Amino acid sequence: MNAGYAESGKRQIFGTEPFDGDLAMRGYALNAMCYSFNAKDNRDAFAADEEGYMARFGLTNEQKAAVRNRDVLAMLDAGGNVYYLAKLAGILGLNVQDLGALQTGMTLDAFKAALLSHGETTRRAAA
Amino acid sequence: MSQVAGGIFTSHVPGIGNAIARGLQKDPYWKPFFDGFDPVHEWLAKEKPDVAVVFYNDHGLNFFLDKMPTFAIGAAAEYRHEDEGWGLAFQRPFAGHPELSWHIIEQVVASEFDPVTCQSMLVDHAVAVPYELCWPGTEAFPVKLVPIAINTVQHPLPSPKRCFDLGRAVGRALKSWKGGEKIVVFGTGGLSHQLEGKRAGFINKEYDHFCLDNIGPNPEALLRHDSLEIVELAGSQGVEILNWLAARGALTGDVVELASNYHVPISNTAAATVLFENREFLPASA
Repeated sequence: MNAGYAESGKRQIFGTEPFDGDLAMRGYALNAMCYSFNAKDNRDAFAADEEGYMARFGLTNEQKAAVRNRDVLAMLDAGGNVYYLAKLAGILGLNVQDLGALQTGMTLDAFKAALLSHGETTRRAAA
Repeated sequence: MSQVAGGIFTSHVPGIGNAIARGLQKDPYWKPFFDGFDPVHEWLAKEKPDVAVVFYNDHGLNFFLDKMPTFAIGAAAEYRHEDEGWGLAFQRPFAGHPELSWHIIEQVVASEFDPVTCQSMLVDHAVAVPYELCWPGTEAFPVKLVPIAINTVQHPLPSPKRCFDLGRAVGRALKSWKGGEKIVVFGTGGLSHQLEGKRAGFINKEYDHFCLDNIGPNPEALLRHDSLEIVELAGSQGVEILNWLAARGALTGDVVELASNYHVPISNTAAATVLFENREFLPASA
């Protein structure tokens, strides 16, 4: 493997920040809010009053700004975990292709085309 | 004596659940993936297993980051899927098998594993989607469930070797179970995909083929990489291969691949479905 290491001792993987204890601590309030979105009533409450809902969960200013700006990379920087952010994305009407396009700076069509460029179907069956 | 008849290993992408809910199985985008289940359906109809032991990861339905178990074993009489945030909840309940769950818990703790035990738990799409794929329709599921959750969400993750060894301990527990049930083992998730960050959309077909070629005959080959190396190779969600490794560990006989389907992409994922038969070792004749 050719993975490098940062001064912190953490392994460096391009475009990837493994969700570890540092991020889990930093992102706790944001992720807790997103976890609440499993319940439709909570999704509706957020949609009706985003600021009030974010305040209720004690989001940091950085997290609030990232949510206001629909800035997925900033949400990740603020400790958001993608499995929880996916619940917020649902409220915002974004699927994982939309998220991919937003994070990579590609258009949605270009992001989908990049996925399709890997296209392959390989099937095996025992005789 | 119980019998572990085989293993079903499959991707569990939520989008598959949406496709099922919308009846898109024959849609040109989805068909190559769903067709991979034809041999699985034939095998299930022939073998009629009574129990499913499912290795999977929870994505924030049952477990939040306030209490995040590395390994958790369900011991409930019934499990349910619920809305995970996008409004889709599969309705069929999952009958449990608490006696077998506790036998597995006893045995893996005796093997020096320390799982969290759950007498009440929800199961998310990582269980519900494979069940819907295997037993489509509206009839009650014909198997009793033992869910075993592995943390693939919050690092540090358990090592690939630890997951494989957990699976082996579960496999020994299944062999020593006195009940007469026929058991199928599931490993769900994967293969390569990454949802977040600037590398979102990452797919690594070379590593996927390495996994598909080795998980049956030579699973130890997958242990040469640690969990962070697998994140690099397979993407941050591709590390769900840990569930496959645990499931493979639970197949302790001669493992024979009956069918394999690798289809890229569905949603952001390189998807795969593999069916293994687990043949008991025959003692050498005297």
